[in-house]
Amino acid sequence: MDDFLWRALIGGIGVALISGPLGAFIVWRRMAYFGDSLAHSGLMGVALGLLLGLDAGLGVLIVCIALALVLVLLQRQRQLATDTLLGMLSHTTLSLGLVALAFIETVRVDLVSYLFGDILSITPSELYWIWGGGLLVLGLMAWLWRPLLALTVHEDMARVEGVPVFWVRLGFMLLIAVVIALAMKIVGILLITSLLIIPAAAARCFARNPEQMAVLASGLGCCAVALGLWGSMQWDTPSGPSVVVAAAGLFILSQVWPQARRSR
Amino acid sequence: MMATEALLAVERVHLTLGRHPVLQDVSLQLKPGEVLTLIGLNGSGKTTLLRVILGLVAPDRGQVRLRPGTRIGYMPQKLPIEETLPLSVARFLTLSQRATRAQLRHVLVETGALAVLDSPLAALSGGELQRVLLAKALLREPDLLVLDEPVQSVDVAGQFELYDLLGRIRQRRGCAILMVSHDLHLVMPTTDWVICMNQHICCAGPPEIVSQHPAYRQLFGIDHGRVAVYHHHHHDHKHDTHGQVVKPEEPH
Repeated sequence: MDDFLWRALIGGIGVALISGPLGAFIVWRRMAYFGDSLAHSGLMGVALGLLLGLDAGLGVLIVCIALALVLVLLQRQRQLATDTLLGMLSHTTLSLGLVALAFIETVRVDLVSYLFGDILSITPSELYWIWGGGLLVLGLMAWLWRPLLALTVHEDMARVEGVPVFWVRLGFMLLIAVVIALAMKIVGILLITSLLIIPAAAARCFARNPEQMAVLASGLGCCAVALGLWGSMQWDTPSGPSVVVAAAGLFILSQVWPQARRSR
Repeated sequence: MMATEALLAVERVHLTLGRHPVLQDVSLQLKPGEVLTLIGLNGSGKTTLLRVILGLVAPDRGQVRLRPGTRIGYMPQKLPIEETLPLSVARFLTLSQRATRAQLRHVLVETGALAVLDSPLAALSGGELQRVLLAKALLREPDLLVLDEPVQSVDVAGQFELYDLLGRIRQRRGCAILMVSHDLHLVMPTTDWVICMNQHICCAGPPEIVSQHPAYRQLFGIDHGRVAVYHHHHHDHKHDTHGQVVKPEEPH
């Protein structure tokens, strides 16, 4: 196998491993739309990075974190429902990113690679980012695990029992922002949410407790990355979408798997 | 009795949500080991008052004082079950505090739900879920149990049993109980004090007194010919001063 293929596989697996536990919480907390909106704002981050001469990943990270903070603040007002807010912000930031990129004439931007990922062009330094950042995210996730689970089940009850709800929720949102910045290279900003939620959804029918579901989701995510890459090589298809199609295939398999029904 | 220091004191609490006054000048006291029930119709501010007491909502004016070191066990009105989250009862009980297997068994025996210790939360019946929620509150060894409609989605026989259980828990543990109900007659044997609410406090006292109080009887539309209409009764009509139902002027 060629070097770039190994890098693609190792990078993809790194992202899939983090996606498992975060994706499980996104499914439990019904935050798929939140993840999508945050990811869409990533394009603005790319533009910001290019304008300021920063790394695109860093730009995405800054914009995603800023947007997560704005959302937390906006959720405190009650005039607009959260999904309306998310819809507005998601498409406004995506469009702003596209408009800003059009202004940057000096640089030719490969838009498609940002939107749908470019896993085959991962550089060794990007690998360090993915694995270093990924391990950090996993560590923080382990630290937040119990309080986050408590507030997912019942927020008021968790608060009465002493969970610092606001900070835990904020921490989780920031972790999602980090994962989006890390995963952009793999599947692109339009497809990131699918890598987070499809493996978790597929893991649901086999899991008997929350931790099992997170670990299974990580495992299924890794399978999807490997299968997608293989398919992409085999049939010369775009790599990011191939990974998502593989994940969807695994989900469908999980639904018809005979053991899945019983263990619910 | 008067000498005992209050466990909980609510002093002249006001709260407005949006443009609607939800709590107006509400004061109450609860001493250690006492049972106090808030009753009122839907939207009368009972649950909001609980939330203020629990510190989940800050009042506009007034204050809530808890005796320092008071441990609260809280049982919410409803636990929305997220089907995608695989959670057993044992795991649910230990979400925000650790407990040994023996402690879990002990508290579930106390609430009569030992059989479901390892069942998935999503598979419980309404009554079982209430008993598990109660067990979770008890696991904290509370000085004060705060229960929001503890018999929700439980059949009538089960409701009596649950209130009976609360009475035994209070006797055994000596903890104070503050609960919300919309049925005075069900809680009568269990509660020491009743506060009848409709944004403000309409009347308060021991249950026998409140059940005879004109403000309570008017609020719940008792005294108009039929007996025992307090249950599932919608207050969609007006009364005159004698408690007779006044016909609405216009059909809605």
